[in-house]
Amino acid sequence: MSSLDALGPDVTAKSRIKPKLGSDDWIMRGYMIVLAVYLIVALALPLYAMLSKAFETSRFDLAQFEVQVSNEAGAYNQPAATLQQLNNQGNFIAEGDLATSSDGRLALTKFFPDFSFRSPVKYRLRGLNDEAVYLVGSERFEGTKPAEFDSNTFRKVVIRPIQGHGLANFATYFSTPALFQSIQNSVFIALVSTIITVSLAFGFAYALCRSCMPFKGVFRVIAMAPILVPSLLPGIALVYLFGNQGFLKQFLMGESIYGPIGIVVGSVFFTFPHAMIIILIALSISDARLYEAAVSLRASKWRTFWTVTIPGARYGLISAAFVVFNLVITDFGLPKVIGGQYNMLAVDIYKQVIGQQNFQMGAVVSVVLLIPALIAYIVDRQVQRKQVALLSARSVVYQPKPSRRFDLSCLAYCALVALFIISILGICQYAALVKFWPYDLSLGLTNYDFDRMDGGGWDAYRNSIMLALMTAVIGTVIIFTGAYMVEKTKGFNKGRAGFQFLAMLPMAIPGMVLGLAYIFFFNNPANPLNFIYGTMAILVICTVTHFYTVSHLTAVTALKQIDCEFEPVAASLKQPFYRLFSRVTVPVCMPAILDIMIYLFVNAMTTVSAVVFLYSSKTTLASVAVLNMDDAGDIAPAAAMGMMIFYTNVVARLVHAVVSRYVLGRTQGWRQR
Amino acid sequence: MGQASTAETYLKIENVWKAFGDFYALKDISLQVNRGEFVCFLGPSGCGKTTLLRAIAGLDIQTTGAVFQDGEDISALPPSERDFGIVFQSYALFPNLTVEKNIAFGLENSGIARADIDKRVTELLALVGLPEQAKKFPAQLSGGQQQRIALARAIAMSPGLLLLDEPLSALDAKVRVHLRHEVKDLQRKLGVTTIMVTHDQEEALAMADRIVVMNHGVIEQVGTPTDVYREPVSLFVADFIGETNQLDGVADKKGKGVKMGKRRFASATHTHADGVDVIAVIRPEDIIPHGDGARSPGAPDKVGEPGNTVETTVDEMEFLGSFWRTRLSSPDLGSGQVVADFSINAVRRMDIQVGGRMRIEIPSDRLKVFAAAPEPDK
Repeated sequence: MSSLDALGPDVTAKSRIKPKLGSDDWIMRGYMIVLAVYLIVALALPLYAMLSKAFETSRFDLAQFEVQVSNEAGAYNQPAATLQQLNNQGNFIAEGDLATSSDGRLALTKFFPDFSFRSPVKYRLRGLNDEAVYLVGSERFEGTKPAEFDSNTFRKVVIRPIQGHGLANFATYFSTPALFQSIQNSVFIALVSTIITVSLAFGFAYALCRSCMPFKGVFRVIAMAPILVPSLLPGIALVYLFGNQGFLKQFLMGESIYGPIGIVVGSVFFTFPHAMIIILIALSISDARLYEAAVSLRASKWRTFWTVTIPGARYGLISAAFVVFNLVITDFGLPKVIGGQYNMLAVDIYKQVIGQQNFQMGAVVSVVLLIPALIAYIVDRQVQRKQVALLSARSVVYQPKPSRRFDLSCLAYCALVALFIISILGICQYAALVKFWPYDLSLGLTNYDFDRMDGGGWDAYRNSIMLALMTAVIGTVIIFTGAYMVEKTKGFNKGRAGFQFLAMLPMAIPGMVLGLAYIFFFNNPANPLNFIYGTMAILVICTVTHFYTVSHLTAVTALKQIDCEFEPVAASLKQPFYRLFSRVTVPVCMPAILDIMIYLFVNAMTTVSAVVFLYSSKTTLASVAVLNMDDAGDIAPAAAMGMMIFYTNVVARLVHAVVSRYVLGRTQGWRQR
Repeated sequence: MGQASTAETYLKIENVWKAFGDFYALKDISLQVNRGEFVCFLGPSGCGKTTLLRAIAGLDIQTTGAVFQDGEDISALPPSERDFGIVFQSYALFPNLTVEKNIAFGLENSGIARADIDKRVTELLALVGLPEQAKKFPAQLSGGQQQRIALARAIAMSPGLLLLDEPLSALDAKVRVHLRHEVKDLQRKLGVTTIMVTHDQEEALAMADRIVVMNHGVIEQVGTPTDVYREPVSLFVADFIGETNQLDGVADKKGKGVKMGKRRFASATHTHADGVDVIAVIRPEDIIPHGDGARSPGAPDKVGEPGNTVETTVDEMEFLGSFWRTRLSSPDLGSGQVVADFSINAVRRMDIQVGGRMRIEIPSDRLKVFAAAPEPDK
């Protein structure tokens, strides 16, 4: 036998077998690269554009220009001076004000306190280096060529800033208390909402899982309902209940619903289903044998709860907490509607971009918002991984035993939570039907006459359905085939790892950040893809990207459950992978595929955050219309439109259930023995 | 069994190495398989047997070295361009396709007429003995039935090479034994060159024309089942296949012998230098009992080699149905016990009992001697 050392030189490139790639390999790799390019264009490049914008600085360089002023007779009897020198003498512009945005302009007249446009004085202007740029009206001049202006023209002369990179924008951000305060507000709101939501959701999931109360199925359905509406809908409901004309206003005892209270209550509503489902899964996988052991050791119920139940569900609880935290801190719709003067990070981005057209500061806030979102995301991923490890253990499913008192208290608790959810939805529906709150409480459909309101009218609703359908179909195709390539391609490990990273990234990117990144990237006239800006296509791309990760994970999980020997068998039978894919993989994964479709549909209907930057007058959306009508004071129509989204999603869910049953009957017959 | 001398080589593996990072799963493997032969790769888990099979299939191509199939160099070809059928331990049947669709999967889409495909499927189902199951889904069949369908699918396109990756390991013991014969019969009927990977020595002994015993990425021995069982070339092979007694000793200068304790035993095959620490190996069933009646002429247990007999005490007896397993001890055999299997007949005749004394013989041609320390590379 040769020793290992003898191999050393042999295994160099010379004798190493270079596997020939089959046609399947080429097709799969090629397709994966196409999808990777798609993700790079739809995700990585826009984010890069946004990040570079955040770190881009613009600053007026006063040393770049030299001005010489003539006397009234037009003779230049004084020496030329740089703007820097002039400013040093007169201190016309404070040092801190020299930082500006990339669109900044500075009028030269500011350096001449005795300037008058009727004066016969002339001005001679000269750039001192090639980067010096100034405008006369809208005409652009650059370089060191001197120019002479009369007073009337000189007042139209403005200089342009020079570009650089640095942390100046962040310095500005952190020195602006109004902006800086938002970090504290956002974290505070997210923490409070997380604590309340996770506690409530734990109780609810515990009751569903560990009691024998009746109506479990009904409660489950009700608990999931908030997923079907935009996050700003609870805000509208709270306005009706506790707002300035709300009929329960006195319950707040003088506090205003516009602000932290409203945001927290609304956040609890819209994050509840997310937390509940995570905790429910965590509770339902815990091992009944541990409870039997606890009973046999005569541990009290209280002790069992703290030593068995809570540790068993801890990963679920942690994961739920971070998911809720992330949802709340990145949410934009709800604080926009009910936040009042209480500033939150996600709303700041909107205000900077839409309100003040300060895209650069929007990018800076985006970067700030990315940090907590990224942390929450990373922790959640770590915890999820541990949870999977728990799942694979052979545990025995816990079967609750009836206990009248416990079951009744669970029933009461769940009924209370369900009442909260139903009343939020109910008040919206009621408000939508009332003719003129609170003066004319008779019912009618006037608020559904969307075409008479701002926000896009019924077209917005039709656009939303279009967007949701396209997102569901196109997104599912892209996401499922992408997951298949990642899971089933042989070799090409670096390519697969890169793709996997890109696929996991969107979950960490708040919608507002993604939307703003799209503006920077796609609205750049130099971008050849500029033409899709303002079209339905960009909304579809953005929405697919925004909700990519969860769908990708669903697909990967389904694909992992398929025997990894199918591909070798198909290859040995000389069948191309796509035949196996269409005849076996897709039918076997059909339940997961349908789940991805409905997930994308529902989210495309409800999302506001990313698309609020990207819609055009032809592509207004229902969810954005809710926001805009609310903004314009048309709260009742906003509620009506919000409920339209709700009913559409309910119908979509029902269709999904029917189709699932039908498709399962046809493709999953093998599941029953 | 094997017709190694006359048969032509179908599959040739030359100096194959496989590296996973710094770890070498296969180290310089060379092997030839004849046309129509049934070869088993046998070894403990992690020995490289599955890696070698996957290299042959092109699923995990070797780092260096060459594989020739039917004279053609297939070293770098992807699986789809090689000629083989494969059966996995998991069966890998497509769950959403019926049995007949599974078997027809490779036949469809290859230009064969529908009627011919149906005919072939019927034929294959009959061949594996499941003619009634065509319309069922795999989940409706038992494990053994599923494995037969997987086999039918693998041979549907009449591949030149059939690869079986632990095909029987997931089955119940009884079904496993039954299927062994069926697979072997089928292979013989079709005459297809077959390589089976298994860690079950019984399976390998029962089915293979030749066994390739592997350990730590190298081939320890290639031979017929009787060869590897009767004439193991290494302690690993002796230990891995069948039961063995392993006795510490020292190679003895007086000719072919090994010294254990105070006694010296002759060994017909040993070649070790004097004074080397060795391990002497004897199988339990090779130990010959000598009872009181042993002196009678013509008795099967007559003393063959007086030098290789030893007086022992019977410590333990265990009834295993068709024979007795006994544990014997003797100061002459060093500190350990030896295990010996005696026929029911012999135990009755010689009145072997726990606590009794008896003579046993360790035949010199059955006593194998291996160096105690691993031998240096030659």
